[in-house]
Amino acid sequence: MESVLKTAFPFVVITVAVLIAFQMVLMIVAYTVLAERKILGWIQGRIGPNRVGPWGVLQPFADLLKFIFKEDLVPDKSTKFVYFLAPMVALTCALMPMVVYPFGPRLTDPVGAIAPWLTWALGWIPWIGSSVVSGINSAAEWLQPQALNMPLTIAQIDVGVLFVLGITSVGVYGIALAGWSSNSKYSLMGGLRSSAQMISYELAMGASVIGVVMLSGTLDLNGIIQAQITSPFRWFIIPQFIGFFVFLISAFAETNRVPFDLPEAETELVAGFHTEYSALKFALFFMAEYVNMFTVSVMCTVLFLGGWYVPGLEPLARLVGLGEYVHSGTIAYALISHMAFIGKICAFLFFYIWVRGTLPRFRFDQLMNFGWKFLLPVALGNVILTIVVVFFLNR
Amino acid sequence: MFAGLAIASAISMVYHKNPLYSAISLVGVFISLSCIYVTLAAPFIAAVQILIYAGAIMVLVVFVIMLLNLDDDKPLNRLRYLYALGGGLGVILLAQTLFIFYAVMKAPNTPADQTMTAGKTLSLGRAMYTEYLLPVEIVGVLLLMAIIGAVILARRLSQPQLELVVEHELELEHKADH
Repeated sequence: MESVLKTAFPFVVITVAVLIAFQMVLMIVAYTVLAERKILGWIQGRIGPNRVGPWGVLQPFADLLKFIFKEDLVPDKSTKFVYFLAPMVALTCALMPMVVYPFGPRLTDPVGAIAPWLTWALGWIPWIGSSVVSGINSAAEWLQPQALNMPLTIAQIDVGVLFVLGITSVGVYGIALAGWSSNSKYSLMGGLRSSAQMISYELAMGASVIGVVMLSGTLDLNGIIQAQITSPFRWFIIPQFIGFFVFLISAFAETNRVPFDLPEAETELVAGFHTEYSALKFALFFMAEYVNMFTVSVMCTVLFLGGWYVPGLEPLARLVGLGEYVHSGTIAYALISHMAFIGKICAFLFFYIWVRGTLPRFRFDQLMNFGWKFLLPVALGNVILTIVVVFFLNR
Repeated sequence: MFAGLAIASAISMVYHKNPLYSAISLVGVFISLSCIYVTLAAPFIAAVQILIYAGAIMVLVVFVIMLLNLDDDKPLNRLRYLYALGGGLGVILLAQTLFIFYAVMKAPNTPADQTMTAGKTLSLGRAMYTEYLLPVEIVGVLLLMAIIGAVILARRLSQPQLELVVEHELELEHKADH
């Protein structure tokens, strides 16, 4: 019995971690939708939704119910299999990079920090208290050596950056297949334009990341954050500001957001790739777009803004006198860093929404010109500049 | 397990008459191959396989299929001897496959050492720029040639050149008619 538990334990841990991360991503996405509507409203001089809960807080759930209960239309002449497959591909590829996100710093000995409090708290239960305490103690004894130096990432992949870039490349299929399988001229054109835009800006995105990878010497997301901690500039946005701007602009294009949202705006003007999708399938596309925004914001913070690293946290804690509780490796430090991480992501999401409320959209040929003739050469120029500087600094 | 998935996707790719389903099955093959690379301790190749094959090349193929609106494969009614020839070659291929199974069963089945450094990015990069520098440069020049060729083939001709080409084509048609 015990050995069964012990062999199954890693799978249980991974499942629980995935469920927690999944829940977090979905909640952030749902409230990004609400935030977008309210912030756009404020920019445009009106209030956003405020009827459903206080301040419209329950609006995402109302939207979800609405999507579930809408009539599910399927176009007659569409290719049924591909029609059903496309939104699933889009959402799956949007959610998959979640397993490599570095949510926080490593915890040295989390079991040793939590177990005493847990046994003290649960020891007060009247009858079974002592057996619970002994159970926790034996479990802690077995767990402790494995949980030393525990990273807060679901999967530590060596090539994290390439993994995320690759999965977003595969996400283009969702849109292309959706546009084609709806068997309507407008969907096809919208889908093809959108996929062409996405694959064009993928290149600039990849090229802008090369500079960061060169400065950190590894493709591992945790490794990149470590490199930012030990770098004299702290956050890579300072040496790589060109790369940062290229990445940010390509990110806007990758997620089909203003000012690059012609494929979506065609929905307002004519139609877009998701015109023939109703109810739940449309909800999947909608969510996939916001999850893509989230993914790209996370990549931006990890690569350029130091992920969970807050530059002055440890010295500040020592100054205040809490140095014992808030040094790297403790749970308090991890919590604060994690909240800083979420804060940075939310700042980027706010920036996305802000830009949407402010800028007009590009025409499609202007968009493609900009991507190929301006952004890609600037990204490659940044790579060459970084190579030269790193070479001379390492002499 | 991933090998089985790859084989199933490959069979599905050959089976479907609709070219788009075949393309999607091919993407499935590439993704399964990528998973196999991960189990063989080559994470970089796995990621690059997804990034380039599944993410770029197959998108191109899917674009072509969608834009040209290719029809389903129609079965040929004549040339029955081709069926017999195909069947014969199929039997030979089946014999080869069974031999491969036999050889794999006889081979020692050790899982790849995940701590090996040969597949990791750092050692790959190092090897690429020291031992294998010449092939890397040659591949780079080859890619450049391919890009230039593609741009030339797809360029828009200026008006006088366009007229020349159209004239030439009309001449050829004229001669073919006579």
